[in-house]
Amino acid sequence: MKRILAVLLAVLMLFTMASCGGNNEADELKVGFIFLHDENSTYDKNFIDAAVEACENMGVTMVQKTQIPESNACYDAAVELIESDGCDIIFADSFGHENFLLKAAAEYPDVQFCHATGTQAHTAGLDNFHNAFAHIYQGRYLAGVVAGMKLNEMIEAGTITADKAKMGYVGAFTFAEVMSGYTSFYLGAKSVCPSVTMDVKFTGSWYDEQLEKEAAQALIAGGCVLISQHADSMGAPTACETAGVPNVSYNGSTAAACPETFLISSRINWVPYFEYMITQVKNGAAIDVDWAGDLENGSVALTDLGTAVAAGTAEKLAEVEAGLKDGTVKVFDTATFTVNGEKIDSYTADVDTDDKFTPDTEAVANGIFEESKHRSAPYFDVRIDGITLLDEKY
Amino acid sequence: MSQNTKKHHEPLIHIVKRDDMVWWQAWGIRLAAIVLGVLLIGIVSAVLTGESFFEVYGIMFRGVFGRIFEGKTSMLWKFGQDTVILLCLGLAVAPAFKMKFWNCGAEGQALIGGLAAMFCMIQFGGKLPEWMLVPLVIVSSIIAGAIWGLIPAIFKARWNTNETLFTLMMNYVATQIIAYYVYIVGGGSNVINPVETGALPVIGKSQYLLNILIVAALTVAMHVYLKYSKQGYEITVVGESQNTARYIGINVKKVVLRTMMLSGAVCGIAGMLLVAGTDHSINKDTVGGQGFTAIMVAWLGQFNPFVMVLMSALIIFLRTGAAKVADSNMLNSSFADISVGLVILMLVGCEFFIQYSVRLRRAKKGVEA
Repeated sequence: MKRILAVLLAVLMLFTMASCGGNNEADELKVGFIFLHDENSTYDKNFIDAAVEACENMGVTMVQKTQIPESNACYDAAVELIESDGCDIIFADSFGHENFLLKAAAEYPDVQFCHATGTQAHTAGLDNFHNAFAHIYQGRYLAGVVAGMKLNEMIEAGTITADKAKMGYVGAFTFAEVMSGYTSFYLGAKSVCPSVTMDVKFTGSWYDEQLEKEAAQALIAGGCVLISQHADSMGAPTACETAGVPNVSYNGSTAAACPETFLISSRINWVPYFEYMITQVKNGAAIDVDWAGDLENGSVALTDLGTAVAAGTAEKLAEVEAGLKDGTVKVFDTATFTVNGEKIDSYTADVDTDDKFTPDTEAVANGIFEESKHRSAPYFDVRIDGITLLDEKY
Repeated sequence: MSQNTKKHHEPLIHIVKRDDMVWWQAWGIRLAAIVLGVLLIGIVSAVLTGESFFEVYGIMFRGVFGRIFEGKTSMLWKFGQDTVILLCLGLAVAPAFKMKFWNCGAEGQALIGGLAAMFCMIQFGGKLPEWMLVPLVIVSSIIAGAIWGLIPAIFKARWNTNETLFTLMMNYVATQIIAYYVYIVGGGSNVINPVETGALPVIGKSQYLLNILIVAALTVAMHVYLKYSKQGYEITVVGESQNTARYIGINVKKVVLRTMMLSGAVCGIAGMLLVAGTDHSINKDTVGGQGFTAIMVAWLGQFNPFVMVLMSALIIFLRTGAAKVADSNMLNSSFADISVGLVILMLVGCEFFIQYSVRLRRAKKGVEA
């Protein structure tokens, strides 16, 4: 028994000694990142890569916590990053982290909390809690233009007739972020191919490779000649490559896995936001309550075009991109779409979060639906003509 | 008889069953296995990360306890919370496993318990006074967990279905029900916003204190139940031999049903502690796979609740510490699972040396004597 006690004591001393070493650096800025999964998820990889890059550029220390579920574990992770690692800024990357991050933000008023994709900062009444997103619908719109060009090529080649130009879209949930995404994609395609229609299928999950694959296959079987998706796995791109159907992907290029069918992909580049948030804290300035980056500052990024795109796509893309940047092209211009056959002049969107999704804010001004203006996260959830939702169970 | 001079071809290694080991020898071997496993983690980490061997343990310690020497206790509370939740699930499966009923459904039973708590908190929040609502939340989650545990037991008792498969499947059913409920309440956001009505009160300095006290009480109660109660004895007998149990007049079916109800009920408590005590919300990751880790806790603790406390603490320490090593070196998060796996492998492996002794071939002289 004595011997066991001695061993235990020795182990304890070892820990104590080891834990006393190091960790006494100067007061340099530390940024703590909370990630839902790890680099194996395309969604989180996008954040992790940006965090590494931004912290390196700004010369600050990055501390990360991966695999943090949307539970109290997120609160615990924030507390650990603050108390144990001494972080000055906490960033979390998943929608469901928000409530638990808010809890920590209320307890640590001296630490800045930044949360991607969240919706509550503008109503939470905390000075140190901020939301961020990007005008990603601009990227989707541009990807839609590439898709429309491809459809036009098929029509000209006689592969399909103009009325058969139907696209398919695999979405996660009937949720504003997804609806804003597929609608902007559709409008982009429609701007170059007026006869286009679109079917949307929902999987009820942000990441389910099998379901996404099956949804893509069902859409292809239903006559869709081009597929895009808003979900994080390789399910839909792989199904398209197998079936030889052109695919517009999301969150990064799938050209390596799908060389024959990959057209383009859009993604949010988080480096500008991370650099912004670090700069503000360094200068002791306030971080915007809601921050939404765009094409102009590099937050909305497009990958290189795939080899399968139609001729002349690059030129057209550059033209529309310039238009979006200088404001001559508006994605949600109410003149370009109808709802039940009629143009809309007014729409009350659900901007302030509540349990019932109550619409509360007028979003249309001067004939434009102003997306991501009243808060950074998308709130466009208008059901426009030309898009058919095949299943609304989610 | 004189023919007995026939040469024995003795193999180099003998494996002999042993039953002469004193309890402290057995635990000495287990402790050695743990130390060996922890050393292995240090070596593997040092090789993978380039940190020095000792610094690895420093990082692990800081990852678990934070700056405890500077008087910051939040991490210690979190360590306590993580330990008691795992322990609570371990306590839940222990009676079932002791009875040799392979309850692999702790995850689902806890989720359903949590769901019942969440349902009451949302449905009756604001309609019932808190002094009625909180007990309702607690009782309903216990009942829900018990029912979820009872279902596979009924099928086992009636039709002798395979309980391992059945309880496993029940986990998936529970997960899907939760996913559906989250969708009904939270819509496409896939999130249920925290509900404060019906939540367990916060006592003392930390929100985790109440959870820790409840599980501490549960640990003592389970120890008394298993060791000193008649029902606990029946569980032991059924686990040793069902025929013996029948012979001495124990109603085996009844014991199976009752024990699984208990197992599910305690899982329900774990789910309630997570939902009403901590998260105030639910999703399908609320239990986070700990229902499976709990099986290791029960086995490694030899169904002794007090040893299980140590085992839970060990597993949580290793998991949290190794996750810190991985995060601070940008390693993949699976590193934490691998580390815990190494120690568990050592612990399971060392049971061989407790059950059997290995003897080398004895020298010729000895045989002839």
